[in-house]
Amino acid sequence: MQFGVFTVSDITTDPTTGRTPSEGERIKAVLTIAKKAEEVGLDVFALGEHHNPPFFSSSPTTTLAYVAAQTSTLQLSTATTLITTNDPVKIAEDYAMLQHLAGGRVDLMMGRGNTGPVYPWFGKDIRDGIPLAVENYQLLRRLWREDVVNWEGQYRTPLQGFTSTPRPLDGVPPFVWHGSIRSPQIAEQAAYYGDGFFHNHIFWPKEHTQRMVEFYRRRFEHYGHGAADQAIVGLGGQVFMRKNSQDAVREFRPYFDNAPVYGHGPSLEDFSRETPLTVGSPQQVIERTLGFRDYVGDYQRQLFLIDHAGLPLKTVLEQLDVLGEEVVPVLRREFAALKPAHVPDAPTHASLVAAAGGTKDSTVHAAADSVTGQAGRTVEEVQA
Amino acid sequence: MTTRTLAVVSAGLSTPSSTRLLADRLAEATVAALRARGEDATVEVVELRGHARDLADHLTTGFANESLRASIDTVTGADAVIAVTPVFSASYSGLFKTFFDVLDKDALVGRPVLLGATAGTPRHSLAVEYAMRPLFAYLRAVPTPTGVFAAGEDWAGGGTDAALAGRIERAAGELADLVTARPVATGPVDPFADPVTSFEDLLRGS
Repeated sequence: MQFGVFTVSDITTDPTTGRTPSEGERIKAVLTIAKKAEEVGLDVFALGEHHNPPFFSSSPTTTLAYVAAQTSTLQLSTATTLITTNDPVKIAEDYAMLQHLAGGRVDLMMGRGNTGPVYPWFGKDIRDGIPLAVENYQLLRRLWREDVVNWEGQYRTPLQGFTSTPRPLDGVPPFVWHGSIRSPQIAEQAAYYGDGFFHNHIFWPKEHTQRMVEFYRRRFEHYGHGAADQAIVGLGGQVFMRKNSQDAVREFRPYFDNAPVYGHGPSLEDFSRETPLTVGSPQQVIERTLGFRDYVGDYQRQLFLIDHAGLPLKTVLEQLDVLGEEVVPVLRREFAALKPAHVPDAPTHASLVAAAGGTKDSTVHAAADSVTGQAGRTVEEVQA
Repeated sequence: MTTRTLAVVSAGLSTPSSTRLLADRLAEATVAALRARGEDATVEVVELRGHARDLADHLTTGFANESLRASIDTVTGADAVIAVTPVFSASYSGLFKTFFDVLDKDALVGRPVLLGATAGTPRHSLAVEYAMRPLFAYLRAVPTPTGVFAAGEDWAGGGTDAALAGRIERAAGELADLVTARPVATGPVDPFADPVTSFEDLLRGS
């Protein structure tokens, strides 16, 4: 099972000090958090995508490429990549490039985005959210799997004789998750392709996560990708820990009360009861997290949100220490002991390459390039 | 004998509340009217005052907590809704509106509804028509032609009270007619049932 952190890249005033970090400061903080995640033994770092303040992460592949260069084992992912308003051609190019740079440590999570004005800003209509996600993703898959694509759809300019470059590393496209809080159609999409399904699992009651995951598993089996309990499930989660749970509650409360998404609403206690939020001791986090398995089954990826709502970097790094030293080692051991052998791990580039029968160079050489007019040569010709 | 469910939504704030008083009169009259048409009915009352904080929380979190969820299910699963609000600043109260704001926009489509309002003076008597009726038109519910407004003086007894009783009876009869013309409510559609539209059809853009 993979454990990691995900960030939405919000720049939020620390309610306890009234101080707001600059963009530059927050960007550096997130890079530090990513590197620290690897240092403390976590597996995954996932970054959100937004196109408006108070968020900085409009360009996730730039950030993730930097993180890739500064780390060696960390799996890099997104939370989420906007499949609705981004051009699927650009997603295909950017993430294929990132995968080459990262040496196969990249996967992506598709999402529709929940900021209304982003659709018109990018020339789209929010009412087309689901059809955009369906059409764009189907095109993205083809761009990664077919060297030359002829395509026509409703939402972008047709393509004739288009080759997306670079071709996927080792001829294998990155693994894709689909994230959705409430739309069964997106769980259906994940099931149809045999892709992963990720539930945010932060903002809504667990019963809702449970029903979405059950639906995805049932449809995964329906489409013949394996048994329902072999579907690839990821969950979010939100934790804040101190040695003594009272200290955790006292310290986190002002951040909770003023948080951008749910602040100024229910009490920390009510929200902790109604949603998976866990504020307390490391042991409480371990117990609550192990309990997720009771309602979603054996799952493959657990990401924690630990750096939002204005929490200072120092505190976030302390949270990562606790996760790495006290929480994740126990979760890793306990989840592994409970997982039946027929339940797979989350696919990685290595496992997908192995399943494809090994690496292959998928470079598409131009018949004649426009600069020199020379025909490209294959690897064999060069070596001969 | 067919048994129907009537959900009564009362946005009254005081105890006793004239809004609740009107809601109860409308519910009793509707039960009687249904009996006269050969159908039984159970009444479930949702007092919105008890959900004031739950509704505010819903506005910030986007989901209904357990207690509010139960009341929403009661209302959206009923055969008919009797919705009664006090008139505040020339319209339904904010609490009343918030409850209908957090319902799924299709939750009451085609549902028979009886509208009621109360106020201190009869000058607000058209609030049912100009404020409440458009809200339920948006929700595509089916309000009875008669809405019932009660001002403070309507509770005084005598002639005016008799007139109020007459309006209650007429509205209840209209609601009972709408209810008996419909099949028994089967509850909300399960969003997690196997999709009617196959994914291949979605891919083809149909």
